[in-house]
Amino acid sequence: MNAGPAGHRQLLTGWGRTAPTSAEVVHAVHTDLVDQAMAQAVSGGAGGRGLVARGLGRSYGDAAQNAGGTVVDLTWLDAVHHVDLQHGLITVGAGISLETLMERFVPLGWFVPVTPGTRQVTVGGAIAADIHGKNHHRDGAFCSHVTRMTLVTPTGTVELTPASDPELFWATAGGMGLTGVITDATLQMIPVETSYLLVDTERAEDLDDVMDKMLTGDDGYRYSVAWIDCQSRGRRLGRSVLTRGDHARLEDLPTRLRSNPDKARSFVPRTLVRVPVTPPSGLLNPLTVGAFNEFWFRKSPKHQVGKAHHMTGFFHPLDGVGSWNRLYGSRGFLQYQFVVADDQGETVRRVIERLVELRLASFLAVLKRFGPGDPGPISFPVPGWTLALDLPVGHHHLDRLLDDLDAEVASAGGRVYLAKDSRVSPSTLRVMYPRLGEWQAVRDRVDPAGVLRSDLGRRLGLSPDPVTGDERPTPDAARSPRRPATRPTKAVAKKPSAQKPAGAPTGKRPAATKVPTTKSTATPSTKERTT
Amino acid sequence: MIDAIGRPQSVLVLGGSSEIAQAIVAKLVPTRCRTVILAGRDGPKLLAAAEQAAAVGADTVETVEFDAADIEHHRQVIDRTFDQFGDIDLVIVAAGVLGDQSVDEHDPESAADVLTTNFTGPAAAMLAVADRLRRQGYGRLVVLSSVAGERARKANFIYGSSKSGLDAFAQGLGDSLHGSGASVMIVRPGFVVGRMTEGMDPAPFATTPEAVADAVVKGIESNAAVVYAPPVLRWVFTVMKHLPRVVWRKMPG
Repeated sequence: MNAGPAGHRQLLTGWGRTAPTSAEVVHAVHTDLVDQAMAQAVSGGAGGRGLVARGLGRSYGDAAQNAGGTVVDLTWLDAVHHVDLQHGLITVGAGISLETLMERFVPLGWFVPVTPGTRQVTVGGAIAADIHGKNHHRDGAFCSHVTRMTLVTPTGTVELTPASDPELFWATAGGMGLTGVITDATLQMIPVETSYLLVDTERAEDLDDVMDKMLTGDDGYRYSVAWIDCQSRGRRLGRSVLTRGDHARLEDLPTRLRSNPDKARSFVPRTLVRVPVTPPSGLLNPLTVGAFNEFWFRKSPKHQVGKAHHMTGFFHPLDGVGSWNRLYGSRGFLQYQFVVADDQGETVRRVIERLVELRLASFLAVLKRFGPGDPGPISFPVPGWTLALDLPVGHHHLDRLLDDLDAEVASAGGRVYLAKDSRVSPSTLRVMYPRLGEWQAVRDRVDPAGVLRSDLGRRLGLSPDPVTGDERPTPDAARSPRRPATRPTKAVAKKPSAQKPAGAPTGKRPAATKVPTTKSTATPSTKERTT
Repeated sequence: MIDAIGRPQSVLVLGGSSEIAQAIVAKLVPTRCRTVILAGRDGPKLLAAAEQAAAVGADTVETVEFDAADIEHHRQVIDRTFDQFGDIDLVIVAAGVLGDQSVDEHDPESAADVLTTNFTGPAAAMLAVADRLRRQGYGRLVVLSSVAGERARKANFIYGSSKSGLDAFAQGLGDSLHGSGASVMIVRPGFVVGRMTEGMDPAPFATTPEAVADAVVKGIESNAAVVYAPPVLRWVFTVMKHLPRVVWRKMPG
């Protein structure tokens, strides 16, 4: 019997703090434990409910959860294995955070090729979500800068490069951890002279204005992003603050920094304040968010050129506030992020209009432009506009509103970002990601039995279900003609396996490894009465 | 799975022909719920409920033979249902009968039947369900209790005490499940105009299965532990519970 690493049962959520589920969390202090946990999951451990990797838990939804199964905490694998300072190639454990990479390599003159709005993500998570940053229009997504990785799959451990197995490499890019557990990776860093950026800031009076400025000017900047006030309406709908910049050379900096190169390269992140408790839901309401938006817009300079900003403030302003996700209260929040093509800017406008209409307070609304996508079949970025909105859960019409926005985005040929998603419907997802089938074929090749499973995967039907041996949900259930009304069954008289498609060709796990039923026959003494 | 906005994708109803449960299913299916499993005694009422679930758009509708009083088979029925259909996001415990107090009060056996159908049977089934929810690491158990269980009344204390027991049991089970990912929500409706109360005069604050279903769906979304339908009954019964006994005793039938 395979004695795998002992996990302990723990409740997990994503960054949005919604939909908690419990799983056996295995702390992978060494790659051996990843191998053992995988072997155990393959042999049907944890009730045959599979395994998924977890990093720092910054996915907003249920991507790094696995209800009733195993979750491997990879943050322990945070070593730097190999460094080539001449070419900026580094090999690191998948659990290392981008923050640690910046702390160690910015003073040496190398910066991460892509950073999202937080430093608190792991390299493994960055690959699994194929994350993007403010430089996507110039540099593409994270996986374009990954030259190799080690992937532990249910059918073996592989060393992957874009050339060795392009299908699997690109299925893993944005594959949300459902193609395997990444244990280490080699990244091509980008050279920087200082830890500062020269930033141009300008206000835009409405959505047309900001889109126009971005379309005409983004090419001149490596980094570009617009913060949108989602509460102003009418003529000022979509008023924004646009910040764009590039890494500063030493000679660009003010004298006090130029004369002190160590200081000009220093990278010491600080958490300024921490949200100590979870306030009641509703703290971030139209009133407070409106006041914040007004303040933010007015505090930003109308037009400012070439101001030196430190990396931490420019890239990760929210990292200065610890546990800021608590501000949304006990019911949590979600982030809605979508992308539509450049010529579908009207969709962006309609989305903002709908939010304004319903007075749905979005504390953070961020607009940017994507450049060409990478070859990943379900990697999120495709060329066009991407808008990200943080929304508190609890508004009565939130469910219908977001379903409507999904329909709008899908019909414009756009898609939502799985790393942020916690509620899209399986049928809409299949419209948004037309290459999902291609991805699933690669996924099934390395994991035919559906061992790699997550709550996100279950919700959206991404891996085959080893418990029922069942097919994935009907791809387009909502649209397909209705099945015969009812199939009356007598469960008592029926064998559990009666529903399985006989001899399904996908190599389902044999029935013997299904949920053990021996334990459950030990019926509790329902008959004995304590009097 | 249950999504961030509290929408389940699959539901099992114990007491599948219950009108309130049908109304809940009718509200869940148009959002995300694709699979509906109705467990109940075979008969036209169960089939009608299944047809209705299919009519509102569920992809998979199944019925399963389940008798709340047949405690011996509860574990088997529950286990087979979970084995066959995989994860179940929401389990609604809706089995129950009103009984006829005027007769039952003098017929210990039929009074005991009411207690078994409303309390002992569902309680045993809930334990089997709770084991499966623990194992799957998530899930919501929705228990249809009643305000009649808040304080047993002269005119219907057999039904009232059965709901009182079920309610207390569900509270304890909810605490026992804390931290497992699974949770319990107790629903305490007032007088519900429908099949169960046919021919009776509606009590004050009478409600409908649809209104109860609305309260339940909202409760699932907000992760509530207890919901009243209509909500005002929470305050009405806070007062009722503390009425002097001489007054309470005179509450009309």
